[in-house]
Amino acid sequence: MELSLATRTVAEHTVLEVGGEVDVYTAPRLRERLVELVDSGARNVIVDLGGVEFLDSTGLGVLVGAMKRLRVANGRFGLVCSKEALLKIFRITALDQVFPIYPTIEAATADSDGSGPTS
Amino acid sequence: MATVRLSFSPAPVHVRTARLVGVAVARRAGVAEELLDEVRLAIGEACTRAVALHNQYGVADLVTVEMSDSDSYTVRVIDHAPIEASIGLTKLPPDELAAESLTDEDLTTGVGFALLAGFVDDLKVSPVEDGAGTEVRMVWPVQRR
Repeated sequence: MELSLATRTVAEHTVLEVGGEVDVYTAPRLRERLVELVDSGARNVIVDLGGVEFLDSTGLGVLVGAMKRLRVANGRFGLVCSKEALLKIFRITALDQVFPIYPTIEAATADSDGSGPTS
Repeated sequence: MATVRLSFSPAPVHVRTARLVGVAVARRAGVAEELLDEVRLAIGEACTRAVALHNQYGVADLVTVEMSDSDSYTVRVIDHAPIEASIGLTKLPPDELAAESLTDEDLTTGVGFALLAGFVDDLKVSPVEDGAGTEVRMVWPVQRR
């Protein structure tokens, strides 16, 4: 399935809903969208991976890049993911210790200090 | 034993095709259903690495993926980039992953190999026998049919 990207605002957070396959071919589009969001002033960015069917190292690199970009801009970055297959990818790469990962958008937007999920 | 061989120009768009073929052959070979996501990811990572190296070194040669089944399902991904380009295979520690000094390319390479090592129990990376290049060999068990 092709990559799909949709942006909406939830409780003063910019939520980027990602769907389909994020790989070496499609990841540049995800990078462009995230750069656009930050350049246009978004500072609380949540990437919802709920619709993602495939995620590889290129996609993970794009997510880390977005987090760094927001950190420089004093912004916050978080991920929403509850799929075990994807969570395993974050664990194996130790990126679960780098990203705040939330089970739901509600949990992500409720975490006002960006310290990450409590459970 | 059956063998399927796929060769493709080193362009990102073809990596998905390699994943699809690799999983289709794995299913046919009798790899357990619960391993297919790992097969998909590992073949994708190996091919992504090969495509990146070919592009980095301006190598227009085809990347080859060879899948065979006998007592197990074996996938070999063969590139033709200089051997020295294959360094940096180690897993990165968490505090380095988000470091400003780490380039996107290095991060992706490190993460890619962490995924390969994490998802493939039987993984071997070795120089090709003739000329420049590296072979990434991955083996998964098959169930009796």
